[in-house]
Amino acid sequence: MATDAQAGSTETGSPESGAAKDTFWLGKHVFQNRLIVGTGKYETFGLMRDALDVCGTECITVAVRREKLYDGDGKNILDYVDLDRYTLLPNTAGCYNAKDAIRTARLGREILRGLENPGADWVKLEVLGDSKTLLPDPMETLAATEQLVAEGFQVLCYTNDDPVTAQRLKRAGATAVMPAGSPIGSGQGVLNPNNIRICLEYLKGDDPDYPVIIDAGVGTASDITFAMELGVDGILLNTGIAHARDPVRMARAMNAACEAGRLAYLAGRIPKRLYATASSPEDGVISTRPW
Amino acid sequence: MNILFNGEPRSVRDAITIAELLEKLALDPRRVAVEVNLDLAPRDRHGETTLKEGDQLEVVTLVGGG
Repeated sequence: MATDAQAGSTETGSPESGAAKDTFWLGKHVFQNRLIVGTGKYETFGLMRDALDVCGTECITVAVRREKLYDGDGKNILDYVDLDRYTLLPNTAGCYNAKDAIRTARLGREILRGLENPGADWVKLEVLGDSKTLLPDPMETLAATEQLVAEGFQVLCYTNDDPVTAQRLKRAGATAVMPAGSPIGSGQGVLNPNNIRICLEYLKGDDPDYPVIIDAGVGTASDITFAMELGVDGILLNTGIAHARDPVRMARAMNAACEAGRLAYLAGRIPKRLYATASSPEDGVISTRPW
Repeated sequence: MNILFNGEPRSVRDAITIAELLEKLALDPRRVAVEVNLDLAPRDRHGETTLKEGDQLEVVTLVGGG
């Protein structure tokens, strides 16, 4: 990965951990690339495969749905996914209560065990509270988190950007907290960066390596860079690539944006100031000042 | 006998096992997971798990999602 090679060669690493390589630890999994990419909404499976290939991700989300016995073309997403290359992250999308989310998580784990994919030990928990906004139900999400953690799952929680909910989920044993930047598929980017900053401060204050991921809302490359510059550990996105006019080109842009944002975060931006500071020396100027 | 397969009524032979049903439907057991009456039916027991009248089956697979 270019990301890793560059970060590694300059020995930047995470400022908190002091690690030589800027690897992305997510529970028991370790990645070099910081994008988690969804596999939904692509026009064709072929387009999905090509977009995943160039966006650099090593981790892709999948959904669990009823087997359709009379599906038109009979194509299965698994025919287009290299299971040796990608760690699958099954989600509980579409669930509106803890009970259904827990059932879905168990079913997803069972399939991934059959596929012998390392993703069999985790789940992207999504328990929705409202079909129009697709915002999460915090109470049901918390209840499902507690149960799934007790069953040995590593639980990655989709949640809103509320720092209090985020803390409750972490305390319940969530492997990562994943606040939405804005509603799923809305493409509005990170609408409340202050809440994300507070989430980062609260969740990482005494635990700097605790993973915080922006899940949902990415519309274009700059949304990712902005989020990564805030100091989140990774980005989960789907629609921003799948519904771009040219998904493969956008996938490349998202990868570059993620790398740019991560490097800028590690490098440390200059503080914003009200007034200018000259870049050229004050000494030796031949002109005179008007006042 | 009749079962409910993914929400649809379906007629199957008495005491059919999950493994036999999946084979009859030409489903790759590696790519599906099965739930009977809301409880997961582990893959390694599909061969010995027999279905009974009125059982509610969910047979799921992976699809694209975010």
